[in-house]
Amino acid sequence: MHALPPAPAPAPRRQMLVGTALAAGAAATLVGGLLAIYTKFRHEALAAADGRWIPKGISVPLVPANVLLIALIPICLFSQWAVYSAKRDDKQHTGLALGLVALMGVAFINAQAFIWVTMKLPVDQGTYSYLFYTLTGVVTALAVIGVLFSAATAFRYLGGRTTDREAVSAHALYWYAFSAVFSVLWFVVYVTK
Amino acid sequence: MTTIETHATSAAPASAGLSSVAEWITTTDHKRLGRLYLGASALSLVGSLVVAALLAFERVDTATTFLNIGSITQLFSVYRFGLTYMVMLPVVIGVALVVVPLQLGSRSLAFPRLAAAGFWTWLIGAIASVVAIVANGGPNGGNPRFVDLFTLAAALALAGLVLTLVSLATSILTTRTPGMNMKRVPVFSWSVLVMALTSVLALPIVIGLLVLVYVAHKYPSLSELSGNHAVDTWVSFGFTHPTTILFTIPVFGFLAEVVATASKRRLRPRGPVLAASALVGVALLATAIQTPVIIRAGFRSLSGGDKISDLAPYAVVHVLPLLGAFLAVALVLPFVGRAKPSAPLLLGVLAALLGLAGVAASALQHIGDAALIGTTFEEGTWLLLVSSVVVFAMGAVVYWAPKWSGRSLPAVPAMGLGFLTFVGGLLAGVPMLIAGFADQPGAVFPAVEPGVEGVIKFSYSGPSGLWNVLTGVGLSLMLVTTLAFVALTLRAAAKGERAGDDPWDGQTLEWATPSPAPSDNFAALHVITSAEPLLDLKPATTSERSDA
Repeated sequence: MHALPPAPAPAPRRQMLVGTALAAGAAATLVGGLLAIYTKFRHEALAAADGRWIPKGISVPLVPANVLLIALIPICLFSQWAVYSAKRDDKQHTGLALGLVALMGVAFINAQAFIWVTMKLPVDQGTYSYLFYTLTGVVTALAVIGVLFSAATAFRYLGGRTTDREAVSAHALYWYAFSAVFSVLWFVVYVTK
Repeated sequence: MTTIETHATSAAPASAGLSSVAEWITTTDHKRLGRLYLGASALSLVGSLVVAALLAFERVDTATTFLNIGSITQLFSVYRFGLTYMVMLPVVIGVALVVVPLQLGSRSLAFPRLAAAGFWTWLIGAIASVVAIVANGGPNGGNPRFVDLFTLAAALALAGLVLTLVSLATSILTTRTPGMNMKRVPVFSWSVLVMALTSVLALPIVIGLLVLVYVAHKYPSLSELSGNHAVDTWVSFGFTHPTTILFTIPVFGFLAEVVATASKRRLRPRGPVLAASALVGVALLATAIQTPVIIRAGFRSLSGGDKISDLAPYAVVHVLPLLGAFLAVALVLPFVGRAKPSAPLLLGVLAALLGLAGVAASALQHIGDAALIGTTFEEGTWLLLVSSVVVFAMGAVVYWAPKWSGRSLPAVPAMGLGFLTFVGGLLAGVPMLIAGFADQPGAVFPAVEPGVEGVIKFSYSGPSGLWNVLTGVGLSLMLVTTLAFVALTLRAAAKGERAGDDPWDGQTLEWATPSPAPSDNFAALHVITSAEPLLDLKPATTSERSDA
């Protein structure tokens, strides 16, 4: 063996944060790829003779869609609140903020389910319905992952790993990335339709 | 050279029977996970090559068939899916899992449980995909339930690969030993990082479309997304190049690694070599675009503005990766002349040449005037890239086997088998390229019309016999050499010559730990001050001194 000088234990290099950033990047391309297909088909449908993209008799409810977007504002704020509190070793506020993020995440999922129910769009209605359900389904799955992330972070933190602030920061990063991804989807699918 | 005791705690004693199986199933040791990937990939490679050779011989005479006409589509699907996502990418991941933490001077992977979960997710998804294809599912399959199963299982398999790649990329970004900044990361680990980052961004696009096709197929309607051809139409870009070029990036990193070791020199200029590997990763853009980027036929007659709008995307998507691959080879070639011949060096050079040929052929295929789209040229290019990865894997096993088994592979048989695999790869790929110029039709997932005798998609007036025979012979040769190499590896692992800790006189940290590497890799973390920490400790060679 070779004589290399031994090193002290290395400083933590933000493993959770980097891993979360990579996962967020993967989630962004997942949704981005589907949005690209959505806009391609929409462009072709609108250029066709009948110019119809959304099936006849189906309207996209904008109010609950806006609620989805608005729900992301407190999610981001509460996530940052958790980071702020964790840095100050404020266990009570960190736990409360993480709990509120999870609660808002559940509300987000609930609002998405409400949209599905009120639209009454059958899945087998052609290209629009396939893309609509795949896109919104994928984003809802990402929201479920976010809620689970919030719950896991809260349990870790409240369970005594209060020095593990990086997990709280990584959790916030996930929700920021989710908010950015959903904002694009909201504009394409719910606003410009 | 002076030595200090750097033995980590010795590996746990091997368990026997069921407990041993349980240990392997629940392992989070990166070396074991890597070997699991490599073992599963070797099995897949053998199976896929059998199918590939059968299909090549099937196309020799398009008037008659010796395979069941109804099963040809399924066999093509096994061939495509198998070699791309059960061999190419998993083999590269397997080698990287074993080697990268050792090169980084790290005791373990980042998120080892995630990597383990990724392996099992991939394995379950891959097995389910093959089962679905065999049961008349898969792309263009006739059984709707199993077509559904294929799309979901393939998405699952790819998701598993993404999980492991996230673990690998995070390891390289966060677990490097003190002093190892990104400029000092070993070239192979750097190339793995580029491959992992680009694949983590590329594969979710394929996964998303597989899910979309699943939804459309499960709830059929009059839509372009429904129907059995949807996977072929909408997802096939994920099963071919330029996407598959991403999986060959570590081939070029391996070449640089073994050339530097064999020449006993520091790789200079190092920055451009790293940049060249990264440039190959630009092929990611092709996946993001989801459609082939082609220079239109009649390019010469276009006006100036149209020429630029045609040429710019082509240059970015195809020429930049080619430039990267070319530079990655060209920059290290001057070292080869001064290098001591060895099996890893030979196999590294051969693998990189195959990879470079594949990347160049990919660029050529997308020139509209060449009229190669839709011909077997695409298959030939893909086979060159697959062969490149197979030869690379053989070289990597020869080079790094001491670190997982403590024993060396015999050099001459390994070199011979690697060279024959290279010849097999050339024989498999080049005739398909030539047949492509002769307009032999091809497709990623070819359809066979029901009730029509013969493989109609492959019937054409050119000399199909010669090229398909050569391809069949090449694939058969690869099959034989793969089996022989697996046998050689297993034999060497059991009875091979014991290897020293640093059998190749290496430069990077994996050679600073015992062979085989203990379960936690290093007893003490090392501080490094250059990209070649072990070379710093060794007496300078004559050439090194003259360089200085």
